[in-house]
Amino acid sequence: MVRDLKAMLGFNATAWICIVTLYLPILVLIAFSFNANRSVVLWTEFSLDWYVKAMDNDGIRNAAWVSVKIALFATVISTVAATMAALATTRTKRFAGQGMVYGIINQPLMIPEIVTAIATLSLFALVKRMTGLTGIGYLMLAHAAFCIPFAYMPIRARLENMTLTLEQAAADLYAPPLKVFTLVTLPLLGPGIVSGAMLAFVVSLDDVIITLMVAGPGETTLPIYILGAIRRGITPEINAVSTILVAVSVLLVVLLFFVQRRMQR
Amino acid sequence: MSEREDTSTLAAAVDHNRRTERLTRTWLLAPALVIILAISILPLGITVLYSFLTPGTYGGVTWEFSTDSYVQFLFQRDIFDDTLVFNSAYLSIFLRSIGLALGATIGALILGFPTAYFIATKPREQRNIWLFLITLPFWTNLLIRTYAMLLIIRDEGIINIVLMKVGIIGSPLSILYTDTAVFIGLIYSFLPFMVLPIYASLEKLDFSLVEAGYDLYASRLKVLFHVIVPLAKPGIVAGCILVFIPGLGAYITPELLGGGKKLMIGNMIAMQFGASRNWPFGSAAALILMALVVVVLLVNALATGREARSNG
Repeated sequence: MVRDLKAMLGFNATAWICIVTLYLPILVLIAFSFNANRSVVLWTEFSLDWYVKAMDNDGIRNAAWVSVKIALFATVISTVAATMAALATTRTKRFAGQGMVYGIINQPLMIPEIVTAIATLSLFALVKRMTGLTGIGYLMLAHAAFCIPFAYMPIRARLENMTLTLEQAAADLYAPPLKVFTLVTLPLLGPGIVSGAMLAFVVSLDDVIITLMVAGPGETTLPIYILGAIRRGITPEINAVSTILVAVSVLLVVLLFFVQRRMQR
Repeated sequence: MSEREDTSTLAAAVDHNRRTERLTRTWLLAPALVIILAISILPLGITVLYSFLTPGTYGGVTWEFSTDSYVQFLFQRDIFDDTLVFNSAYLSIFLRSIGLALGATIGALILGFPTAYFIATKPREQRNIWLFLITLPFWTNLLIRTYAMLLIIRDEGIINIVLMKVGIIGSPLSILYTDTAVFIGLIYSFLPFMVLPIYASLEKLDFSLVEAGYDLYASRLKVLFHVIVPLAKPGIVAGCILVFIPGLGAYITPELLGGGKKLMIGNMIAMQFGASRNWPFGSAAALILMALVVVVLLVNALATGREARSNG
């Protein structure tokens, strides 16, 4: 008797159901953002009207700008901090407390986001009362903190896969440590850093809960704007903005996929 | 130079190297650790502190010690005679959250295991593409995905339109703003978290063991439950934890799909910091949520520890 060793009844079908479930809602959303009609139900004809309306909306434009500002700041800070931390945990000998360092760096991943959000709010409320300082800086710092583990993961993975041979060869040829680092380590680490930065950017761009709790008046990011708009009632304009945000994330992640593919070679 | 002197300078050099290495490491770790300690761990300490204070009139706290927040979780203080009466309102929100998160975990497992298996049995060069397809939705905004799900399951959504056109149902199914909607939304949100770790353990599965099972006349189901599932167990457990914990603290899913009526812990905590203006109670609720998470992680750590001991 010959039978396919690996086949399991209904497994393929389930897998396809999974894929369809994951994509169908997003595809419907995208499709209806191009619908000429106001309806989010009936398809009439293709139109870019809702995109034009969304671009013309001051609220959306401001929110997009705030989002990008915060994401850029958080990306730079978290990527630099994560790169340094990754070098410290992979390029030096094992040290006492290394487990704790991993624990601290990954801490933002292990705590439910809502807890981080209200804890951060409590701290910032305290600092605001003591110093009187307000502004978008708080939000930027909060984003930088929770982006660190996302930036750290691919950078550390890259470092662990890199052998020390090239760096040692450079050192043998009397290159001073700083030169070894900038001319050998950093270029080799490049793809890891790019991956880490992209993840940090996407994660910051998508955050809702922490931003919702920490943001002061006038600090509306794009997701917060979208959440407010959904609460006021569904309009095709939201579909258009959402589609743009989805497109940006997907574009970055597809790029990341190719960066990582190159890394594996 | 004597040999003795030589070794002592060598020792000094090694010692010096070690010291610079430690110094470099400290400086390299400093930014990440300082940011996370200051903006993520210190605030948790403040939350603990706040949970033992008295709510301020306009939000915030007044610096007066009180355990009322923890008492309020289970009891209601009678305004007239100050006695405590059991109040299940908050407890039931917690229990519902646990139930929904558990349900979503089981649902995700039922969908996710076959999917992970499907990917793991594909030719090696195809697997990355499949994995990428599973993770891609995860990187698109959770809020937008939840909103997209809302468009699908509402009364005028695609599902109802198709079902009515086909003639399976006469009037639209009211799914939105029910527990079912939240349940569907949670599975949809966290499904990739289930697939990835299970895939990771199935990928290493040695199919000659499956073949041996068949050679010994085991049925497909027997092979699945007695050979494949036990070997994939670490991945299954990891996946369940990765779905259960964010499911428990979910905010967006119940907010949009539960219509703000079917509350979960996450919404309740956020509400205490918003409309209800009871920061100490919100902090206490957040810490109870954290305690639940820690219990889940500890149970897992103990179980894996025991298993490792019994295997080794």
